[in-house]
Amino acid sequence: MAHVNRRILPGFSLTLGYTVFYLSVLVLLPITACFLKAGTLSLHELWAAVWTERARAAYLLTFGTSLAAAVINLLLGSLIAWVLVRYPFPGRRLVDSLVDMPLALPTAVGGLVYASLYVKTGWLGQFLSPLGIQAAYSRLGIVLVLVFVGLPFVVRTVQPVLEEFDPEAEEASSSLGATRWQTFHKVILPALYPALITGFALAFARSIGEYGSVVFISGNMPYKTEIAPILIVARLEEFAYGEATAIAVVLLVISFALLVSINLLEGWSRRHAG
Amino acid sequence: MNRLRFLTVLLLGAGGLCACRSASNDPVPSASAAPAPAPAAAPKEVEILNVSYDPTRELWRDLNEKFSARYEKEHGQKVTIKQSHGGSSTQARAVIDGLEADVVTLATAIDTDAIAKKGLIKEGWVDRLPNRSLPYTSTVVFVVRKGNPKGVKDWQDLVKPGVEVITPNPKTSGNGYLSFFSAWGSVVLRGGNRDAAVKYVTELYKHVPVLDSGARGATTTFVQKKIGDVHLAWENEAHLEVAEAKGELEIVYPEISIRAEPHVAVVDGNVDRKGTRAIAEAYLKYAYSDEAQESIAAHFYRPTNELILNRHAADFPSIRLFAITEIAKDFPDAHKQLIGEGGVFDSIYKPKS
Repeated sequence: MAHVNRRILPGFSLTLGYTVFYLSVLVLLPITACFLKAGTLSLHELWAAVWTERARAAYLLTFGTSLAAAVINLLLGSLIAWVLVRYPFPGRRLVDSLVDMPLALPTAVGGLVYASLYVKTGWLGQFLSPLGIQAAYSRLGIVLVLVFVGLPFVVRTVQPVLEEFDPEAEEASSSLGATRWQTFHKVILPALYPALITGFALAFARSIGEYGSVVFISGNMPYKTEIAPILIVARLEEFAYGEATAIAVVLLVISFALLVSINLLEGWSRRHAG
Repeated sequence: MNRLRFLTVLLLGAGGLCACRSASNDPVPSASAAPAPAPAAAPKEVEILNVSYDPTRELWRDLNEKFSARYEKEHGQKVTIKQSHGGSSTQARAVIDGLEADVVTLATAIDTDAIAKKGLIKEGWVDRLPNRSLPYTSTVVFVVRKGNPKGVKDWQDLVKPGVEVITPNPKTSGNGYLSFFSAWGSVVLRGGNRDAAVKYVTELYKHVPVLDSGARGATTTFVQKKIGDVHLAWENEAHLEVAEAKGELEIVYPEISIRAEPHVAVVDGNVDRKGTRAIAEAYLKYAYSDEAQESIAAHFYRPTNELILNRHAADFPSIRLFAITEIAKDFPDAHKQLIGEGGVFDSIYKPKS
């Protein structure tokens, strides 16, 4: 069976060859170069570069805000996908295309606009600051822009699964006496798990690497709102290539470990859903 | 799937990679298209590249036009000068990594030296052109809001209660570290010791609500978002900022500030390969001509020709501009001690444990 599937498209070895080639050129080669560059440092220098108090604060901030943003996107994104699939309403196509906007907009523009909106004198900031909420130049601001850049990922992974979902399963569930909550919880949600996890992972990964929008809204205060990519830029300014790449490698390794575990989780949920 | 076929496929991929590598080792086509260093029969049209930092875009565009016209008249050869602008050290890294600059006109010696260290610029470059390779200098001044409501006149006023200061991150911006050096010099060159200077800058950066990553970001924060009372800006940017704000902003000259030294240099390694040395040298020497010095002043950079500087004295109030050598060995040394990893700036934000 598997054998037949492979042969639907001819030229398997050619296509695999290209896949390997492109993956190498586009992904593996730059990453290897990173590791080699970081490898020019002695173990002691490497440790001194990547494990300062300030760097640890930055890693924690980068992964913490990315995680928070991914969780928010998970909830918000699935809600949007649900609305877009289940309810016909005027302007649905428009809303549907709006979802992709964060991908098209240069993220620096996103960051600048968010910062202008949320500063004390901004359109939104003027209402928030009397409440004691400082959205620009704070961790909250970082989460806000990360939610913005990560939004399309959950929506676009969940949407097609929902569209394919057979309404008869829901009807069967309710005719068997299940409550709405039970139907959602036991019938719909399990089918969505793989898509939800994939969307979450994509949004999360996107956030870890985000630089352009964050620098404009974070305020970049060391120990408080300084993300790890800022540290990399700071070391580059000193022409300390090795140290800069060492920090990049730490980010890569942590991200890779997280993504692998999320992928494993997805595989597991897929098996259990099927 | 048999193993042999899989291997062939992998080899195919690897082969592709190798082909790609050897191709990238060839000189860049645009460079080989440039004239080979043949002394006879100068080619009709030559192109050189000036790699500079961000705010000098308009200045060099102006100088380039004038130089091209003059050079064509004198030598009958058409010269096109391309410009590249960006953060100064980003530009330096680009040149180190192979951007084919004929001349570099970067913000400080830190960046020019970094290129020299890679062997692209010969040692002793500072003394190869007049005035230590400085056609112009600049400094850091204060921009305040209309009427100077917080009464900011000098460095000590920046740390008064309620004053907010906008300056970019010294770690990632040239404007940022020059401001830091100025603040530092304002203490140690007026009788303060090192401890007093550390205390002052620590206090100063508590008054900085946002550390933008670059000079442009800081300007946006101050002008568009209206955050802060004082903006520590490049002198030339300050003039433009104030002109554009139509009366909403004013310049304040502190009593003392740093003399910023944006050196110019011919990139020996590149011009010798491309055969553009004569033009590159003529181009940089032109920046010292009276015509060019006048343009420099018109763009609010301080010309190094004293006569022309004096003619524009109204635009350039004479304040004490201290040399970097008064607070450190040179720019790279000052950067290492004050801004670099483990330097004074790092200690400012370290949480007290």
